[in-house]
This record gives sequence, C-alpha cells and structure tokens, in this order.
Amino acid sequence: MSCILQVENLVKRFGSVQAVNGVSFSIERGTCFGLLGPNGAGKTTTVEMLEGILTPSAGTIRYKGAPTNADFRKEAGIMFQETALQEFIKVGETLELFSRFYAHTRSQEELIDRCALSDFLDRDVRKLSGGQRQRLLLAIALVNDPEIVFLDEPTTGLDPQARRNFWQLVNDIKQEQKTLVLTTHYMEEAYELCDEIAIMDHGCIIAQGSPRDLLKKHFDNSVILLPASDVPESLDQHELLKLHRMNGQVEILSEDVNATIELLMAQKIPLGHLQIRSRTLEDLFLELTGRGLRS
Amino acid sequence: MRFKRFMAVLSARNLEFIRDHSALSWNIVLPVLIVFGFAFAFTTSSQNLFKVGIYDQQKQAPGVEQFLQLKHIQFIPVNSIDKSITKVERHQLDMLLDSSSGSYWINDRSANGYVLEQLLRKPGETSLTKKTVTGDAIRYVDWLIPGVLGMNIMFSSLFGVGYVIVRYRKNGVLKRLKATPLTAFEFLSAQVVSRLWLIVTVTSLVYAGTNLFVGFRMYGSYLTLLLVLVIGTFSMICLSLIIAARLSNEETANGLLNMISWPMMMLSGVWFSLEGSPQIIQQLALIFPLTHMILAARAIMIDGATLLQVSDHLLILLIMSALFMTIGARSFKWE
Repeated sequence: MSCILQVENLVKRFGSVQAVNGVSFSIERGTCFGLLGPNGAGKTTTVEMLEGILTPSAGTIRYKGAPTNADFRKEAGIMFQETALQEFIKVGETLELFSRFYAHTRSQEELIDRCALSDFLDRDVRKLSGGQRQRLLLAIALVNDPEIVFLDEPTTGLDPQARRNFWQLVNDIKQEQKTLVLTTHYMEEAYELCDEIAIMDHGCIIAQGSPRDLLKKHFDNSVILLPASDVPESLDQHELLKLHRMNGQVEILSEDVNATIELLMAQKIPLGHLQIRSRTLEDLFLELTGRGLRS
Repeated sequence: MRFKRFMAVLSARNLEFIRDHSALSWNIVLPVLIVFGFAFAFTTSSQNLFKVGIYDQQKQAPGVEQFLQLKHIQFIPVNSIDKSITKVERHQLDMLLDSSSGSYWINDRSANGYVLEQLLRKPGETSLTKKTVTGDAIRYVDWLIPGVLGMNIMFSSLFGVGYVIVRYRKNGVLKRLKATPLTAFEFLSAQVVSRLWLIVTVTSLVYAGTNLFVGFRMYGSYLTLLLVLVIGTFSMICLSLIIAARLSNEETANGLLNMISWPMMMLSGVWFSLEGSPQIIQQLALIFPLTHMILAARAIMIDGATLLQVSDHLLILLIMSALFMTIGARSFKWE
C-alpha cells in the first residue's frame, strides 16, 4: 500500500494557545485512519488543517507526495463536526447544489441509494432528524467521488441505532478502497471502523497503531467485574489481586482469568453477578493519561 | 470563474429568498403600505410652509427687502431661473423671485402663490413685475415614491445580503462552502446578482401596482428610471459586502447596518427635501449612494431629466460600487 497523506511536525497556535503541538503521521491509501481523543485534544484542529480549512502555524502536509493546494478540495470529501446547510432548501436540491461545484461527480441516484436518502428527498433540510442529517452530510462529502474522505465526529449526538447504521455506511465506503480520516471520542467507533488510530491528548499524539496492536502492546490482562457489596474490603489488600472499587463495582485486573476465579471461589465470594471484559481503548487512554476519554 | 458554480449558488439563494415567505412579504408589503399611507394622508394638501426661491439675492430691487424680512416663509437661494420656474409650475416652489430685477413668478393655480403675491406687492407698488406660469402640483406622494422605494432597496440590500452572509458565516454555511472548489468571487457574485434581480423585480412590481391606484407623475423615461434602479441597487448591495466581509456576529452586524442605514434614511432626502437645509448637511448627504439614487430618480420622474442629465449621479454610483466591491471582496473571509 502507498502513502496518500503525510503529516510532519504539524503545529497550530491560536494566540497563546497551542492547539496542536508537532504531530506527525502518515496515512496509507485505502485505509481508515482514526484520530481518537477527548474533547479539546486537538483532533478537529488537526483534521481541519488536513482539509485545508485551517492554515498550519508550522509543519508540512503532503498529499500524494506533494504539498496540498487548492486542487486538493476537488479530490477530498469533507464532513464537518457541525455543518449548517442553506435554509429553505430541500435534501435533493442540496445534493444538486453541491454536485454543481465539482467537475467530476458521482451519480446522484447512486448517492441517494447508498446513503438511504430517498424517503426524505423532498424534505426541507431544517426538518431532518439527527441520523437523516448525518446521512445527507455524508452524501454531500461523497458527491465528488473523493479519493480521501474526512469524517469529523460523524456520530456525535446520534442514538445507538443511528450510530450503528452510520457505521455500516462507513464500512461500505471502506469497501470501495477510499481512504478515510475519522475523528471520534467513541472508542467503540474507532475500534469498529479504523485500521490505524492515533490517540491525541493536549495537542500531541500519545500512542499510534492498529487498535488491536495497541491493546496487545499495552495490556496483557482482562477485567473481572463484581458488585462491590459482594467483595469484602479485607480483600482490597490481597497480594494476588489487583483490585479497585468504583461506582459500586469492583474491578479486578487479571492476567489469568481461571486462576483469579479460583482464588475468588476460595475466598467464598459469590460469583452470580460476575462479568469479564477485554481491555478497551478507553482503558488504554486512561492508562496513558490518567483520565477518561469523555472527562 | 466557473459559470456552473455561480449559477448553483444563485439558484439556491433565489429559492431561499422566495421560500422565506416572511422576508419576501415584508419586502413587498412595507413599501406598499408606506406609499398608500402617504398617498391618503397627503392627497388634499402638500406641505404648508411657504417656499420662495430667491435668485441673485445680493442685489435687491425696491420693495423686496421688506418682503425678505417676513417670518414663516422659507427663502431658498437658487442658481437657475429656468429650473426654478419648472419648480413653480409643479408647485415645488410657491414663488420665484429675481431679487435684483424685481421679477417674480407664481403659479396661477397655487393658493400659496396668491397669498405670497399679496405679501410681496403693496398697493401702488410698480417696481415689481409679475410673471405667471401654470401647471398641476406635484403631490407629496409623487415626490415621495422614489424616496420610499429607495429606502426599501437600501434596507433590502444591506440586510438581505450583508446580514445574511454574516449569518452564513456564524452558523457554518460558509465554512462548508469553503471546503468545495467554489471561489469567494463566485459566491459573492451570486449573492449580488440574486439580490439585485429580486430587488429590481419586487421594486418594479410595487411601483407598477401602486401606480395603478395612485397614478404617479412621470415626466421622464421609464428605461432611464430602470437604469437608475439597477445601478443604485447594485451600489447598495456592494456597500453591504463591506459589512459582510469578516463579521461573524449577527448583533454586531445588525448594529453596524443600522449605523449606516439610519443616517442614510434621514439625510438622503427620503422623507423631506434637503433644499434649504445647511450646506454641510447637503454636502454630507452626497456621500450616501441612496442620495444619488433618489436625486436621479426624482429628476427623471418630476423634472423629466434625461439620461445625460442624471449621468453625474450614475457615474458617482458606479464609482462607489467599484470601491465598495473592491474593499468587500478583498477583505472577505469565509470564516
């Protein structure tokens, strides 16, 4: 696979605030690259510099080996975190409006079908639900049949079902070998969609790799969950258990789940409400920064 | 500039305006209400003040000096006898007095002219020469219509383009457009053309509609009047581009637009003539495009001025348009 976008030492300052502090990465053609981090981490600023919306204070962005220029907009599809559309215009008219900005476009029928817009094609854009609106914005991002698609927190504010539906659309785009750049603060979304992620905090990349590799690299254990009331406090200092209490639950980090369960049974701990889960990107972020993704 | 992109924005903006029924109806209803309101309010009487045009005031023929001391008469210095005679014919002046020769003109259909003659001419006075002209009065509504339509054009241009672009910037519409190959020039041109044809169409309809009921005096060419309408509207839309160039706060934009529109409305001669007002006010009014548009339109409608006679106003409007557009386009930011 070849590199389609290369970023080196990217910096963005707003007055005295340094929003992005020297980030570097490269994105392979046909992959989904995720920028993961909490609000204010610098994800949107980074992606808006890649899109050409913001001018970097320092650093270079190369698209297909050359510095990005005005023509980049013809080959890029962009879905902003927050986008207002012209009022009093219907869905189909909005799609037509954006189609006419480009010389090379995808067929509107195909876009309508792909993004499931046909049911509300004649509806005023102000009267769309959250999920319908995001599907329209995705269709607009795809209108020029882009080589690279930027999706900035595309599912924020959607209900779980609408989010799942949107993920399916993104997976369909991936099947077309498009390159995707996705920002999100939903670790589940990044895990589901991204081939590679960069975790950002305070304007810097603090970890980068495929979601599975990152989890494998940082964790070799699972989490056993029990109700706090079932676990006596005398066990908190047990030398073989890494245990901590939070929100009425006890989390036990275990490198050998069978051995830990045997130990708990030996202590006569009731296991009727026991849950076991693998480590997640949220755990990884907590591990790396000491804070939660949505804190 | 790609014509396809320009046309795309133009048609979207037109749809937005036409479907925004409240804005559309406000643009039509307001000037109609004002015109009818003033037509009914001033059908029987024009302004009550006596207006006397004074030519060559430096020298005064016998009997004139005492007349010039009278109170409650507005004495307006004039430079042209011919133009002033036309104003007497149309009742815009109640009397014209050539101060040095003692000649005076009144309209034989003007009650005010008759009263002023009695005040000027004492029994046995022979040094003054009476000259009579005739003609129907220009009603206040005839004089007012260019002002009212001009005012409506001003508000529609400034708020319909300037305020809308600021709103687009605030809510992110411009940011989304920036991410496409659309250029700022294509976007701004489409906004200007969209509002220009909408205003010209609406204004023409309002004029034609109210004319059916009121029957405005029109001594000039409709084609010349249309040209003044187009160029005047264009200059005020260009003015709004300066406001729209960078602001992203609707409240600030609103304040600035009001700061521009209100002095223009008060000083451009929308409601009352600036003749007789201090010279500095008259000079100040000339910096406003609305003043030139109204002066040119009134000259065509009331005085029957030709294209050549209003060309100075049109030239100033075109220069202003070029200046405003250059400043607005060069300082334009999508965000």
